[in-house]
Amino acid sequence: MSSVPKALKYSKTHEWVREEDDTVIIGITDHAQTMLGDLVYVELPELEFSFEMGQECAVIESVKAAADIYCPISGEVVEINELLLDNPQLINEDPYGKGWLLRLRPFENDFKELLTAEQYTKLVASEAH
Amino acid sequence: MLIFEQSQKGRSARAQLPREITAELDIPAHLLRQDEPLLPEVSELQVVRHYTRLSRKNFSIDTQFYPLGSCTMKYNPRGVHRLAFLEGFLNHHPLSLETQSQGFMACAYELQEILKNVTGMKGVSLTPMAGAQGEFAGVAMIRAYHESRGDTARTEILVPDAAHGTNPASAVQCGYKVREIPTGIDGNVDIEALRAAVGPQTAGIMLTNPSTLGVFEQKIQEIAKIVHQAGGLLYYDGANLNAILGKVRPGDMGFDVMHINLHKTFATPHGGGGPGGGPVAVSERLVPFLPMPIVAKSGDFYRWLTEADCPQTIGRLSSFMGNAGIILRAYMYARLLGAEGMHRVAEFATLNANYLLARLKAAGFTPAYPTRRASHEFIITLKQEAKELHISALDVAKRLLDYDFHAPTMYFPLLVPECLLIEPTETESKEALDAFADAMIKVLDEAKANPELLKNAPHHLPVRRLDEVKAARELDLVYDPERSHSL
Amino acid sequence: MPFIPHTDQDIQAMLATIGAAKVEDLFDEIPTSLRHASLDTTASGLTEMELSRLMRERAKQDGDLLCFIGAGAYEHHIPAAVWEVASRGEFLTAYTPYQAEASQGTLQLLYEYQTMMASLMGLAVSNASLYDGASALAEAILMAVRANRKNQSHQVLIPATVHPHYRQVVEAIVGQQGIQLTEVPYDPKTGTTSLSFLEAFSGNVTAFVIPQPNFFGQIEEVDALTDWAHAHDALAIAVVNPLAMAILKAPGQWGQDGADIACGEGQPLGVPLASGGPYYGFLCCKMDFVRQLPGRIVGRTVDAEGKPGFVLTLQAREQHIRRAKATSNICTNQGLLVTASTIHMSLLGPKGLRLAALASYQNTRLLSQKLSAIPGVKRVFHGAAFHEMVLRLPQPVNQVLVELAKFNIQGGYAMGATYFELNDCLLVCVTETKTILDLDEYADKLQFVLEKLADTGVTLEKKTLVD
Repeated sequence: MSSVPKALKYSKTHEWVREEDDTVIIGITDHAQTMLGDLVYVELPELEFSFEMGQECAVIESVKAAADIYCPISGEVVEINELLLDNPQLINEDPYGKGWLLRLRPFENDFKELLTAEQYTKLVASEAH
Repeated sequence: MLIFEQSQKGRSARAQLPREITAELDIPAHLLRQDEPLLPEVSELQVVRHYTRLSRKNFSIDTQFYPLGSCTMKYNPRGVHRLAFLEGFLNHHPLSLETQSQGFMACAYELQEILKNVTGMKGVSLTPMAGAQGEFAGVAMIRAYHESRGDTARTEILVPDAAHGTNPASAVQCGYKVREIPTGIDGNVDIEALRAAVGPQTAGIMLTNPSTLGVFEQKIQEIAKIVHQAGGLLYYDGANLNAILGKVRPGDMGFDVMHINLHKTFATPHGGGGPGGGPVAVSERLVPFLPMPIVAKSGDFYRWLTEADCPQTIGRLSSFMGNAGIILRAYMYARLLGAEGMHRVAEFATLNANYLLARLKAAGFTPAYPTRRASHEFIITLKQEAKELHISALDVAKRLLDYDFHAPTMYFPLLVPECLLIEPTETESKEALDAFADAMIKVLDEAKANPELLKNAPHHLPVRRLDEVKAARELDLVYDPERSHSL
Repeated sequence: MPFIPHTDQDIQAMLATIGAAKVEDLFDEIPTSLRHASLDTTASGLTEMELSRLMRERAKQDGDLLCFIGAGAYEHHIPAAVWEVASRGEFLTAYTPYQAEASQGTLQLLYEYQTMMASLMGLAVSNASLYDGASALAEAILMAVRANRKNQSHQVLIPATVHPHYRQVVEAIVGQQGIQLTEVPYDPKTGTTSLSFLEAFSGNVTAFVIPQPNFFGQIEEVDALTDWAHAHDALAIAVVNPLAMAILKAPGQWGQDGADIACGEGQPLGVPLASGGPYYGFLCCKMDFVRQLPGRIVGRTVDAEGKPGFVLTLQAREQHIRRAKATSNICTNQGLLVTASTIHMSLLGPKGLRLAALASYQNTRLLSQKLSAIPGVKRVFHGAAFHEMVLRLPQPVNQVLVELAKFNIQGGYAMGATYFELNDCLLVCVTETKTILDLDEYADKLQFVLEKLADTGVTLEKKTLVD
């Protein structure tokens, strides 16, 4: 069973969100990285780009698949994880830590739409059937 | 060893080179090349030996059975290849005068006529250079047709979820949105979902029939009615035309436009990934939009139709006349088959597929659509084996290589888990099919007794299983003598 | 039965295994009303011998001509070994190398091809080929529009000196995607892209196409054009004759930063004229844009034992995985042509390629000198050219071509078909395949034909006067 840290919020499309001061950090879940397999490339947005909730904000590629990352909340990009550009495997190795994707300054508090760890675990279980 | 690693400064293939000359260039120095390109300096024998040896590391139809679903790897007649190399065809410039091109133009014209006849369509353009370009041309014609009627609200192309990846990609290249239509458990398009999806925004639907699931779409006439009533057009993806050649004509099914993969149905060689040929055939209402050039005949004289003759054309898709040499080969193949030979293509392709399916079914393999007849191809799913034996379709495919069979298509269509798509074609003998079935059975036994044998396969090829992750992470796309390639 | 091996016993045994009484039963899921394909207008089959007879007759109709046409397809000597080896069944009848372990021959060859082509273009990477030169330019433009994050105006500048067929293909392909193509006129003196037009140009540009040599055979000021593109935040797309790159500066070295993308027609490198195809398009780019490069790409890697090997890589961008979001709908490349081309480049090497380019250049100059002695024949443009030239003729070009054809000479390409203002002009190409005798023959017959036409013209005029 893949890990789902209690402290984080989740989207239905398998992204996680962590609040940090007035910004949020976004990544993909352990479940998502397992499904995709060994990642070989990450395409991140440029700084100061703005995204609506649900908009495609990054692309990650494995050998067999390319997956869009949907922005789980609306906001402006203030930092990207540049380490990933040369080391995409960090997402496989440490999806909730060194494998984070980007930091946003949210436009509004739309966290209500996101899932709790418990809800997300249920979602993953239901998708397996 | 790479050809570059055999290079020695000052060596060359003397007899092959033009004579030494000293030309004074009146070109300004800043526009001249200063460095030497990285090309090998080797002898003629070294080149011949190097590439002959490389060729022997390939599987090919000439050397192996190639049951690659959806790719129609049938025998490519040698006579056809040789005749395409006749001096008059080979050294003929594409911009020659029409009076100097009547030989080639006669062949192209007659192929247009044959393709009209076998597809049941009213017009043909041979110029698209591959199936995907044919698709592009087809969807562009659908768009041009709607626009010519001032019908600009049609923004959507419907594509069944089982379709080839090129279908949605081509629709998007023509500026359309794609809406997927689900497939029912019997392998047919979900008619109710289709009814719900069509509307004034529907430009058309792209269908393969038989579908990529290896079954004939039984409700095709109903689908045609639903889409036509909504004002949309039907696109036939000719990828699986081999299944019905000489038996059923797309035009009779209600399709308005289609492409034909000459490298599949008309046996032109695949050449390690190309060239292909993707002529388009259309019903009456789309004839004005066909891509140029087209060959026309006035009396006994063949002439090129261009934009001037067909002002509504979607335009030109290739520098000259598409893959003319492929057109020539397909023409020759069609002439060798003749009408009676074409009737047999679908029959024997279907016989071979159903026979192989029956043998594999009897041996315990699971067909994806057990209640259906196979068309010219069929799907085996290894979902059960994956679960119980922890082996994948990939492992089975790689192990088959050890038994000297090319692997079937894997993991396509995407909606069947752990699948192998198997297409034997009509040119394989019963013995070849039996040998393949026996190998499949043996591999299944090995999966039970010694799954590691599969997981580490292939064992007997020039290389063992290759690291695709490393290839993608540490891109090494060109040889650089300065760089260590860490091998 | 052509190509079908089944005996009657085979058929019966197979039907028994299936549990069907006859072959027709296998089609019982197809509505009966559809199962009557009538091939009434298709003739019955020929034997190989009969076909051979027919094709020889047809080939004879088109053959044995002394060719001075270029215009995007060039006659060069192709060493015998090229197609001997490329026609081996293992290359000819293999599929796309999806099963890497069973395709190391094709894959290694493609890696070698990528290396040669990238080096010839002076760029970091090459794909494994596209359909042809024109469609490669269309793909290069789509690629530039995706890649240029600095300028998303979707306006692309294309000089009028780019092959007119290429411009038509680009329009047909990219026109569907909301890209605006703007033509850059040429300088009527030099036949090269007008720098004064560019100086006055103030719009936003996403990409700028730069031909070398251009359709007229003239050599463009590529450094200035590339720098202009970059100064305007546009990507520079080179569309070049790859053989000419043996003597002309490679796109990767153009201007301050080099062209970003280079594409073109691979035909001059070992592919016969063959009525226009199959040829192959090449596409190279800087490393920064590799993820936007459409088509197949081969990478070197290792196998489970650490032995070197080759695979298709970066496939996640392609249509069979990415479907509607793919970088392109392209599925095939032109593998066989690239096979021949790689063998061709290996045989010629850096020296042979340079000699072929030099000899073509020199022959064109020689012919130019010979023709300048003919009254009324003039070169239209000043300045350096590669192996083609635009000539103004004193008689109607199409008639001249018809008259030359009577001597089995293909005189060139009539410019009026695509450049209205050059209606009285002919584009003539000479490659290394022509001898001094061929050049003399061309000059003699051209002079003869022009005089003949002049006489006829004069006669006609006189006649009119008398009437």
